[in-house]
Amino acid sequence: MNVLDRIKTQVENNPIIIYMKGTPQFPQCGFSSRAAAALQDCGQKFAYVNVLADPEIFENLPRYADWPTFPQIYINGELVGGCDIILEMHASGELQKAVADAAPKASTENSDNA
Amino acid sequence: MGYRYNLQLVIQIFSHTMKIQVKITDKLMQAFSPMHLEVLNESHMHNVPEGSESHFKVTVVSEQFADSPLIKRHRAVNQVLSGEIRQAIHALALHTMTPEEWFSKGGRSPDSPPCLGGDKTGLQAKRQGALAEKLT
Repeated sequence: MNVLDRIKTQVENNPIIIYMKGTPQFPQCGFSSRAAAALQDCGQKFAYVNVLADPEIFENLPRYADWPTFPQIYINGELVGGCDIILEMHASGELQKAVADAAPKASTENSDNA
Repeated sequence: MGYRYNLQLVIQIFSHTMKIQVKITDKLMQAFSPMHLEVLNESHMHNVPEGSESHFKVTVVSEQFADSPLIKRHRAVNQVLSGEIRQAIHALALHTMTPEEWFSKGGRSPDSPPCLGGDKTGLQAKRQGALAEKLT
């Protein structure tokens, strides 16, 4: 599958997904670490892709949604933003609401097929 | 002679790299007519050679951001700095506010994270990671 199609499938099949450097357990960048912690704090399941372990996605994700940096967070298939936006939304409560609204779908869908 | 040559080279490299911070500042001034603009070189916080211009924190306070969601503001800044982001910048922390938002936040923007994920926000990553699901 073409890498852009692969990304499209991932963001469409996973209502809450973060593309990050490292993993939520072992983040390898301060920005990715904070964004993953904010998502984690929302208390719902989410998917992640370690872009450092997938060179093809690392190279091509910036042109998928025309966003040049990592991490990138998608909710219901839409790019929500990077670290600074996610933290600001977390501080205002907007992130918790968006994640909660997306979550019922997250629990009923199978995200292994991405 | 060797010493003098090296010194000149160092000065050349220094003035070349210094231009990135100046360029960022110029471009943002022109594009957003900001009431307040901070372009901080935070490269020293990271594992890069001394004098690098790889990591920046940018705070833009502009009336132009009124009624515009964060993602649109960030896209606008990314667009203006697209050349620098492609060629030179490794990390860009971005804080975009209207003057009202800037004042209501006490006239300061959040600190950038330290290099490898330590945390000052109080948001500690829960190491068990039970909620996160890996995609392959």
